[in-house]
Amino acid sequence: MTVVNRMIAGLGLGVTMTLGGFAGTAIAQEDTIKVGILHSLSGTMAISETTLKDTMLFLIEQQNAKGGVLGKQLEPVVVDIASDWPLAAELARQLIEVDNVDVVFGCWTSVCRKSVLPVFEELNSLLFYPVQYEGEESQRNVFYTGASPNQQAIPAVDYLMNDEGVERWVLAGTDYVYPQTTNKILEQYLLDKGVAAEDIMINYTPFGHSDWQTIVSDIVTFGSAGKKTAVVSTINGDANVPFYRELGNQGVAAEDIPVVAFSVGEEELSGFDTTPLVGHLAAWNYFMSVDTPENEEFIAAWQDFIGSTDRVTNDPMEAHMIGFNLWVKAVEAAGSTESDAVIDSIVGLETPNLTGGVATMLPNHHITKPVLIGEIQDDGQFFVVWETEDLVPGDAWSDFLPESKMLEADWTAPINCGNYNTETKTCGGAPAAQ
Amino acid sequence: MLNLRTILLALLALPFLLTPARAQDVDIPASIAAMGEANLRELTQLVSDLAATGDPAVIPALEALAEGDLYLDETSGTVVVQRGSTHLDPVSGDEISLGEAADLSRIRVNNSLRRDIAAALSGMTLMSDNPRTRLSAAQGFTARPDAANLPLLDEAIAAETDTAVLKAMQTARAVTVLGDGDSALEDRQAAVPIVAQSAGRAASTILNAALAEAPEALQATISSAIAGLEQERAVWNALQNVWFGMSLGSVLLLAAIGLAITFGVMGVINMAHGEMVMLGAYTTFLVQLVIRQNFPFLLDQSLLIALPVAFLVTGAIGVCIERGIIRWLYGRPLETLLATWGLSLILQQTVRSIFGPTNQMVIAPTWMSGSFEFYGLSITYGRFWIFIFAAVVFAMLLLVLNRTPLGLQMRAVTQNRRMASSMGIRTPFVDAMTFGLGSGIAGLAGVALTQIDNISPNLGQNYIIDSFMVVVFGGVGNLWGTLVGALTLGVANKFLEPYAGAVLGKILILVLIILFIQRRPRGLFALKGRAVEQ
Repeated sequence: MTVVNRMIAGLGLGVTMTLGGFAGTAIAQEDTIKVGILHSLSGTMAISETTLKDTMLFLIEQQNAKGGVLGKQLEPVVVDIASDWPLAAELARQLIEVDNVDVVFGCWTSVCRKSVLPVFEELNSLLFYPVQYEGEESQRNVFYTGASPNQQAIPAVDYLMNDEGVERWVLAGTDYVYPQTTNKILEQYLLDKGVAAEDIMINYTPFGHSDWQTIVSDIVTFGSAGKKTAVVSTINGDANVPFYRELGNQGVAAEDIPVVAFSVGEEELSGFDTTPLVGHLAAWNYFMSVDTPENEEFIAAWQDFIGSTDRVTNDPMEAHMIGFNLWVKAVEAAGSTESDAVIDSIVGLETPNLTGGVATMLPNHHITKPVLIGEIQDDGQFFVVWETEDLVPGDAWSDFLPESKMLEADWTAPINCGNYNTETKTCGGAPAAQ
Repeated sequence: MLNLRTILLALLALPFLLTPARAQDVDIPASIAAMGEANLRELTQLVSDLAATGDPAVIPALEALAEGDLYLDETSGTVVVQRGSTHLDPVSGDEISLGEAADLSRIRVNNSLRRDIAAALSGMTLMSDNPRTRLSAAQGFTARPDAANLPLLDEAIAAETDTAVLKAMQTARAVTVLGDGDSALEDRQAAVPIVAQSAGRAASTILNAALAEAPEALQATISSAIAGLEQERAVWNALQNVWFGMSLGSVLLLAAIGLAITFGVMGVINMAHGEMVMLGAYTTFLVQLVIRQNFPFLLDQSLLIALPVAFLVTGAIGVCIERGIIRWLYGRPLETLLATWGLSLILQQTVRSIFGPTNQMVIAPTWMSGSFEFYGLSITYGRFWIFIFAAVVFAMLLLVLNRTPLGLQMRAVTQNRRMASSMGIRTPFVDAMTFGLGSGIAGLAGVALTQIDNISPNLGQNYIIDSFMVVVFGGVGNLWGTLVGALTLGVANKFLEPYAGAVLGKILILVLIILFIQRRPRGLFALKGRAVEQ
């Protein structure tokens, strides 16, 4: 019964999705504000990004029920970038030039963001990017509502070092820009903290890697040097299930070698039986299990919108919610949806997040976030075992890399620069890094 | 509110306080009751208090806490152990019936608390009547050595009769003595070989840890023991690598063998092959879902039940594809390639629309979880059974092709269609059956892959390139070639991986295959004779 229902619901969803896309391009009304949604609805990233598209539709519906923005209704324009990054740049251009959207919410991977960046710069539009990323970037037209490394990776390593007494580190990641940069920052951070180079093992695997036997066995061997060992995982979504399965099968228990992941959330865990993973960790700025009235309300409204109490919420969804609310506030403060006006008015605005704190848009276009460390439970949820006392402001340029530690981003007058060099007092990055 | 509840709990516990004094001044029921509202730090304190009593009465509660079976009923404020649908009192073990209004929330623990509980439990269960409990207690001591436990261990060793348990206890004792700075040097030296021999895979961890803190006299002994272990490991590591390679090869074989029929025997470039694998995996998911909802007692056998279902479902879809699309395109490889590629996209998006883009869950049966030690090799059950399964599928396929009338007709049709047709063979029927067989076998691969990969609409894409690689490398049209090709690629991959890394390893394999195909365009086992010329 339930299977059949789900099938029907799924078919329905597919049809409405397509219709939504067509309706968006066909009707051009002057009395609406158009919001572009630029996510992959097919291809490898569909697994993560489809939910974000639904989140945006949900947020827009809620806002319209409250009377919209500036007295106008919001109109979503959905496009499918099909996990194809050149296509993402084309569709971003189409959204801005043809569909005349005033703001775009979208992208998941760093490569997607990097490929649409020039378009937003050229056409002076706005992009809200909701996923944790590697930092080392700040662009005037982009707002980074996910975590930068100092809001996720560094606190997680601190937790393992101080609370779990970890002395030996495996940095395992998928072979692309986010893990590479994050691991570069982490390696430097660990070396600065006095960890010996031979106590750090770095390992990269291709996208969708499914045979983890050798690597897990290497990790076990690496962990048998008599020092407490932990794995810091920047392994990307699809490869995680086989990785954790192999860990479970080879008997790597969280009590012995804990794995802390930066890309594994409730959505990814909903795909498998988490019993063998209990105790492994993840670092995020939001967990579905966080017990606050705001969160409870958000989950209830989301599940009501999507029509299933099985659907989970996760960190990038919260980031989209924060980004959306900040944009609404900025538009209302500026009295206009015009990009320059919004960029000027959004810095310093605040909106409550779902964990009982406040997200503030900083001059570097990042936001303040709490950092939470959660242990995986057998129901696929996380139990928060540690959190920062204060909100952590996002840092665009890492202070731990020699080539970026003197850089700051500040999009307010008089600096107005994404890579301001505090040593030479000039805009334009570090000469050494070129 | 909170205070009131604590006071109430304390009052409730009062009668227990008045009963004859326990070993220590810790009030067990009250402490357990207090766990309900405790934060992590308080919980750690409560656990250590309870463990200090040494009273076996606390064991069930601690075990339940570590397993995540200890719950707080928010309405009444009582702490209960949940076993299936029944609820037990954590101290007495009596069944409690909770009211309708019960609102259970789990008492959650973290890693360090789980370690504390395990350590406490080993201490308390070392003298248990059940040999299995004693064994796990001794293993607990090995994992968490503490010199304070030495007298207890000595006492237990003296009383032990079971040889396996005795050995575990002696290992635990050796590990403890080795790491204990206060023990005599001779004792510590004597402990080194015991640890090296009997602590298994953990031996080098323990010895390395001891080496860092050992006095100079002891260091030489430990170093030589480590050197010996490492030498031994080097041999086993090579063998382990061979096993990893064969296991990877068996997965490749499963994925490719269906293609060896449709592409190898029939010559159809079938880009939708991966989607047949994916459909097999989704069939497994559906079968398990039905079993979980209606026949939960069959859950452990769900994969076995899914095998014939997946074969029939994907086989039937294969027949439909052949009859609907491919038969119009025989002899036009480019069009076939495009048509099946388009078909694969359609199948993917259909599955995505029906089941959603997220991964689906297939629970591993208990007989496929965990691993076993085979001399110095560590073999996971999941991979082991997949290896066996791949071998069986291969053998069955050989049998079908070489020993059945259908197999004979298949070979006849693929070798010379017109002559076979004039001999009275219904070639369209044989074509459909052959394609159905290949697709059905892809479905079987899908069942096995649920145990190692994501069940998502993209599952098949990850395997299509590898499958073609295996078939082309092994030699088109030859099943033995596929077998040898899959195993060679698997083992080569696993030997390159430690040196080159997973990314570069994969690239190297591709380069090697390109070079190989340059030398031998027809693969490892080239078909000979006139059939090739067509």
